[in-house]
Amino acid sequence: MIRLERRPTPSRFWTGATPVLAVIATMIAGGILFAALGKNPVEAIRTIFWDPLFGQFASYSRPQLLVKAAPLILIAVGLSFGFRAGIWNIGAEGQYIIGAIFGAAMALAFYPMDAVIVFPLMVLAGAAGGLAWAMIPAVLKIRFNTSEILVSLMLVYVAGHILSAMAFGALRNPEGMGFPGSRNLQQYPAAHNAELIAGSGLHWGTVTAFLAVIVAYVVMQRHILGFQIRVAGEAPRAARFAGVNPARLTAICLGTSGALAGLAGLFEVSGPSGQITPDFASGYGFTAIIVAFLGRLNPLGILLAGLLMALTYIGGELAQLTLALPAAAIQAFQGMLLFFLLAFDMLSNFRIRIGRPEGAQ
Amino acid sequence: MIGSIDPVLLVASLMIASTPILLAAIGEMVVEKAGVLNLGVEGMMIVGAICGFIAAVKTGSPLAGFLGGALAGAAMAALFALLTQVFQSNQVATGLALTLFGLGLSSLIGQGYNGIRPPATARLDLGPLSDIPVLGRMLFSHDWMVYASLGLVAAVWAFLRYSRAGLILRAVGESHDAAHALGYRVVRIRVLALMFGGACAGLGGAYLSLVRVPQWTEGMTAGAGWIALAIVVFASWKAGRVLLGAYLFGGVTVLQLNLQAAGVAIPVQYLSMAPYLITILVLVVISADRSRVALNAPAMLGRNFHASR
Amino acid sequence: MKRRVLLATAAMGLGLATGGAAFAQGMDNVKACFVYVGPIGDGGWTYQHHQGALAVKEAYGDKVEIAWQESVPEGADGERVMTQMALSGCNIIFTTSFGYMDATNAVAGKFPDIKFEHATGYKREHPNVSTYNARFYEGRAVVGHIAGKMTKTNKIGYLASFPIPEVIMGINAYFHHAKLANPDVELVVTWAYTWYDPAKEADAARAMLDQGVDVITAHTDSTAPLAEIAKEGGNAWGFGQASDMAAFMTNDDGSPGPRVASIIDEWAPYYVKRVGALMDGSYEQIDSWAGMPEGEVVIGEMNDAIPADVKAEAQAMIDAITAGDYHPFTGPINRQDGSAWLAEGEVADDGTLLGMTFYIEGITGDIPQ
Repeated sequence: MIRLERRPTPSRFWTGATPVLAVIATMIAGGILFAALGKNPVEAIRTIFWDPLFGQFASYSRPQLLVKAAPLILIAVGLSFGFRAGIWNIGAEGQYIIGAIFGAAMALAFYPMDAVIVFPLMVLAGAAGGLAWAMIPAVLKIRFNTSEILVSLMLVYVAGHILSAMAFGALRNPEGMGFPGSRNLQQYPAAHNAELIAGSGLHWGTVTAFLAVIVAYVVMQRHILGFQIRVAGEAPRAARFAGVNPARLTAICLGTSGALAGLAGLFEVSGPSGQITPDFASGYGFTAIIVAFLGRLNPLGILLAGLLMALTYIGGELAQLTLALPAAAIQAFQGMLLFFLLAFDMLSNFRIRIGRPEGAQ
Repeated sequence: MIGSIDPVLLVASLMIASTPILLAAIGEMVVEKAGVLNLGVEGMMIVGAICGFIAAVKTGSPLAGFLGGALAGAAMAALFALLTQVFQSNQVATGLALTLFGLGLSSLIGQGYNGIRPPATARLDLGPLSDIPVLGRMLFSHDWMVYASLGLVAAVWAFLRYSRAGLILRAVGESHDAAHALGYRVVRIRVLALMFGGACAGLGGAYLSLVRVPQWTEGMTAGAGWIALAIVVFASWKAGRVLLGAYLFGGVTVLQLNLQAAGVAIPVQYLSMAPYLITILVLVVISADRSRVALNAPAMLGRNFHASR
Repeated sequence: MKRRVLLATAAMGLGLATGGAAFAQGMDNVKACFVYVGPIGDGGWTYQHHQGALAVKEAYGDKVEIAWQESVPEGADGERVMTQMALSGCNIIFTTSFGYMDATNAVAGKFPDIKFEHATGYKREHPNVSTYNARFYEGRAVVGHIAGKMTKTNKIGYLASFPIPEVIMGINAYFHHAKLANPDVELVVTWAYTWYDPAKEADAARAMLDQGVDVITAHTDSTAPLAEIAKEGGNAWGFGQASDMAAFMTNDDGSPGPRVASIIDEWAPYYVKRVGALMDGSYEQIDSWAGMPEGEVVIGEMNDAIPADVKAEAQAMIDAITAGDYHPFTGPINRQDGSAWLAEGEVADDGTLLGMTFYIEGITGDIPQ
């Protein structure tokens, strides 16, 4: 009989090896899928995983990987704090939206004033928006013991409707010929989150994402807060004795993830996206949850997972363009990759034993 | 102008509009009662929608279509069960991945099924009942799946409340360790609950593609699965309130469209937020009273179980 | 710094190899690329654009290569996809949603030798950006006439998507011609706030039917409203939108179905013409707003639910618009508040239509803000 036995601590070897195994397994399963669709599987896999990095136009797509991965990483790093402490913010999408709305509203309030202060104020507004939106589930949890999973999820839909109302109402571009959507912040220099070095993919959002990874790593390893978070997640009862204040921890974890998600929204709306439109939200907040888990809730892991996720998006686009693979096949392929990564994760936390356990009835 | 809305017709149309989310929500409620949070409802629904559609078109029978939808939804749920119950993966992440996968898979399967009309699902002939003035048009003039969904809600209610199996299911959701210590097979019970939930979501999807819309187009569930998740919370995990919640969520859409059609100017976006805000409010009310929350929210919701001994 | 140079050289190299040569003397081979906002399987907007793309391939065979990408979100993703297309050797890129407007212009600025064609927008910031749209209001006018003649309750419906000029223009054209055909007609407008959500579209159609509306035209993409209308058992009618929706033309028992006619978006003539122009060297920047005369707005086959005389009248209107003898917005037409908009015989100018934010006289209710 095969059974699983929980490891006392996650295996270091398997923690590193499982992502590689999962990617290989996905390549095999995906190859079968692509072959079934009548495409050359080797070519398809190469287009998705290789071409964006080393293909003919990699000089363009490599920086784009950073642009695409930045919001994912920024949000996922924030989420990882809470997830480690057993505090489940799954409403990052809503915090991302509200951060973008706050930031864009700040910019539009100053339009067309050309002042250095505009962008920093937008950054503050974006973080404050995300923070405020995340504090709703935090306060309700602290005060009424309401499930933060469910409240934060509900608030995503509310944020979506607010976004639509803003794009059609308060933030609508007065010179937009009656179409929905705000002014394009890319055309408002004081508010534009432009690339810091042209063609590098580095804008303030990418930089902040990298900073967040480093800070999160240090906090988690070296700071008392990191210790408290880990204790709260692994041994909630012991945490009380260790002097962890659960209300404070809830507020910190939800607040941090909300502020970072809000920042991600702000950097996106002022940079790559440029506008508040009814379709501004494209699921980064949800994808980031997956990224957080793929990265094993570890900041460095999240960095790699975010880049891997971005690779499948951009590689998937290339595969559509050059091989005429349907977008649906790419979506299913991404789904498979996630399944394999999640399934193989077991190997790092469990040992597979063959035979009956000792002392079993 | 509001007076020109006929409440009879309003109720009749909201019953139909709410059926897909009602089916998905009642299934998800059973899953959550067993202590599992499956966020992949949207993915299971849309796979149910296309598989049900294909089954109905191929066989010419709507019944076969609903069966096909339910089976496909259950198969998707089995995948989720394999990952979370056997491979111990995180439920939130796995559920999100399931939705992503389901949306892609359904579009792949559905290629070539655009622009086809499925066989019509018959209106249930309730004889003299449907001739009753007012009530007949309001309640007794629908297709049989509407009544089947209501029957399912009643069955789930009775099952959880009165049957031994229902009691065990709730026990697993409250404390899997205790249930395990009592000799119940936690994983097996959860897998079965998940498959039931998947089948319900698949039915809801099939209702969309076979009755509600009826056609197949990519992404046609358009977020219905997420609403189903909200309904379960709104209902505070009670079958009767799931019905109420589904009618509230479905009803708000129907009502705002009816108000518009009647010429009443309303702020659509703000009205559309209302059910979600009400859900949060309900959640606060039931959570604030600690004695009541213990009766409602499954204590083990979202936590994985591993039998260490 | 190094990367910037690399990118610039890549772009320039391609430009010289392909697009640059084309401008002067045409090209033997063209790669035409298409950016779609939805899945090809949406059965509506994107599906029709893809039919146009396939028609290009059909028309020129081996001389053209087509490539496309579906479900591309507007904003940053759109810009990246267009750049990838430009880099991968596309000579002409069609971006088929309003939301791609700024991205199209931004990318066009970086690739001056590649042609960009943006659907339904108004910005042409670079000489290599053209815009194109179709006069869908011509189709709305024809179905408006049919609706005015066919309604028994004198209440007709318009299932609107978003309050934007394109939709308001359609509402006005529809109502104006319904009113000309039937002075007693009343219009009910319902805003769904979606282009595509079948269940919600069905709910919206149901809400209007319950209000006594018996002819509905939809400005959303799915067939759900038609399926809802079908439940009235031959007492209410609708129109196909974007694609023909022929499945609802005839009922299973052979009687005429709820779809009495349709407004079809035909992008093929435009796409074939533009790619052809690129090949023969006659390509120029344009702002195209074509309709029935060019075959871009087509009324699908009218079924037998429409009385023969109404069919003939509708056909006469189609012929007149096609021949250029009739403009659907010909005065006298007043604004909703009763003030004069178009005097007797006056024809609306394109600018006013494209920025239309007012209802015409006789429509009740306000445009949501």
